[in-house]
Amino acid sequence: MDAQTVIETRELSKYYGQQAAVDSLTLQVQEGEIFGFLGPNGAGKTTTILMLLGLTEPSKGEVRVCGFNPSREPLKVKRLVGYLPENVGFYRDMNARENLQYVARLNKIPDQISSDKIDEAIETVGLSEDAERKVGTFSRGMTQRLGISEVLIKDPKICFLDEPTLGLDPDGAIRMIELIQSLSHDRKITMLISSHNLDQVQKISHRVGIMIKGKLVAVGPMEDLAKEKLGVGKEKYTLEQIYMKYFHEV
Amino acid sequence: MGRFSIPTKTLGKNLHELFSEGIDTHGLLVVFKKELADHFSSYRFVILFALIAMVSLISTYMTGVSLREELEGIAKPKLVFLMLFTRGSLSLDWFVAFLFPLIGIVLGFDSINREIGTGTMSKLVSQPIFRDSIINGKFLAGITTIAIMLVSIVLVISGIGLRVLGVVPGIEEVWRIIIYLIISTIYVSFWLGIALLSSIVFRSIATSALASIAIWVFFFFFTLIGPATLANAVAPVSQAGSDSEAVIRHAQIQEGVRLSSPMGLYSDATATVMNPMQKTTKSLVMMGPMERMLSSRFQNPLPIGQSILVVWPYIVSLIAITLVCFGFSYAVFMRQEIRSV
Repeated sequence: MDAQTVIETRELSKYYGQQAAVDSLTLQVQEGEIFGFLGPNGAGKTTTILMLLGLTEPSKGEVRVCGFNPSREPLKVKRLVGYLPENVGFYRDMNARENLQYVARLNKIPDQISSDKIDEAIETVGLSEDAERKVGTFSRGMTQRLGISEVLIKDPKICFLDEPTLGLDPDGAIRMIELIQSLSHDRKITMLISSHNLDQVQKISHRVGIMIKGKLVAVGPMEDLAKEKLGVGKEKYTLEQIYMKYFHEV
Repeated sequence: MGRFSIPTKTLGKNLHELFSEGIDTHGLLVVFKKELADHFSSYRFVILFALIAMVSLISTYMTGVSLREELEGIAKPKLVFLMLFTRGSLSLDWFVAFLFPLIGIVLGFDSINREIGTGTMSKLVSQPIFRDSIINGKFLAGITTIAIMLVSIVLVISGIGLRVLGVVPGIEEVWRIIIYLIISTIYVSFWLGIALLSSIVFRSIATSALASIAIWVFFFFFTLIGPATLANAVAPVSQAGSDSEAVIRHAQIQEGVRLSSPMGLYSDATATVMNPMQKTTKSLVMMGPMERMLSSRFQNPLPIGQSILVVWPYIVSLIAITLVCFGFSYAVFMRQEIRSV
């Protein structure tokens, strides 16, 4: 494997009964890259991320994250990867700092070190003034940003962000996108962003992959994809048409 | 030899890796501490604490009244201190068997599905800890809470007993109480396991609460009326002329049905431990001739070792059903795919 490739899947498939949620996905993500993982709801993006994290067993195919097989060595992968689930949850009756501290403890970070890290992470996402407030009182945008700071606690090499802009107002979504971009730039974290919102993610992605009905129909830099005709099943579409056909439904 | 040395080496390395990753006491401890802190700081615990206070007061009062009546005008019997927990219709014994399942249920009915519902579970499982640390930590924190509650009730009752009755427990009584506490903790943990299982099986918190309460209520009434009803239906015994075989069959069925409920199992498991005068858990018709002779000839209490020996099978069964229950929840939880909803 190329030293630069941090995420690699080969013929990765996941079936739920007869239904293929992910169908023969072959994908490579390079170190330091922002990879936009695009597709309408139910395309299999979350399932792919779960397999990359070792949270669900692939039915077929291979996965390597930083050279580790997530199904066999889940802890090694989870130490390197920060995961922001769709609709990230917090303990509502604990304040922001306590929530982050729990995650820090689970990551074996001693309390003396973690308190500085928590301060820094909270500041990065602009929540310093709300650190002592109960998370139950947070707005959707604040919760989402707290989710990012939680991912930062463990100094990840790779981040999987599942629908990070979902349910945010336009202003919040822009802030989130800029935050992700600055983190990738400053900390050299490889980012895999899943989203159904082509507009927001394409702006910061170095490359995008478009997934429809479990199949990856296109991978590459956005400019290249715009020129090509892409195959979805038997039909051929331009990116514009795919966008109109699939993404606007949601 | 040289050819085989390579695989052995790889195996050794794998084994080493397995052990360095295999024991995750750190994750377990972090989850355990957090869950314990949650239990103690929740409103739920305040309510349970009120329940404890009520149980202690009622049972001390009831046993106090019945003890005073029993002991009036007679010489002080041996091991009188234990009677504080067992005498009277609303003794601690009864409360633990019939009401304390509620404590186990309250501590566990939403422990998994709430975290899945609020999305904290997908976060937890993506941290570098083993998934079983989560469920083990939760179960252990529940058991610890139960143990602390039971110990505090027993201490309160003992304290009041010391003051009101003026009897001091001997060393043997203290040991018996400790064993009783251990058995009771296992019993309530069984109900915690039931609640944990339903919190894993059912996604909705209300459904899992209802399911575990339904099981509790079912066994509550089943234990009260089930044995007699079933025995009467299967092997009826008339007042006047029944042969001894029918009577024995009747008693056997009654015994079997009673032991199929956890409440019955628990009360048999503690029977001779808390009442040293009792020599067996069998009913009179089921006793062999030697047992019958023993219980009528010798009026001395059984030594503690013998008391435990009599109920040992029940204790083991109690541990077994608790482990089966937890093991089942463990297996289901480990296979569950957790995604945020």
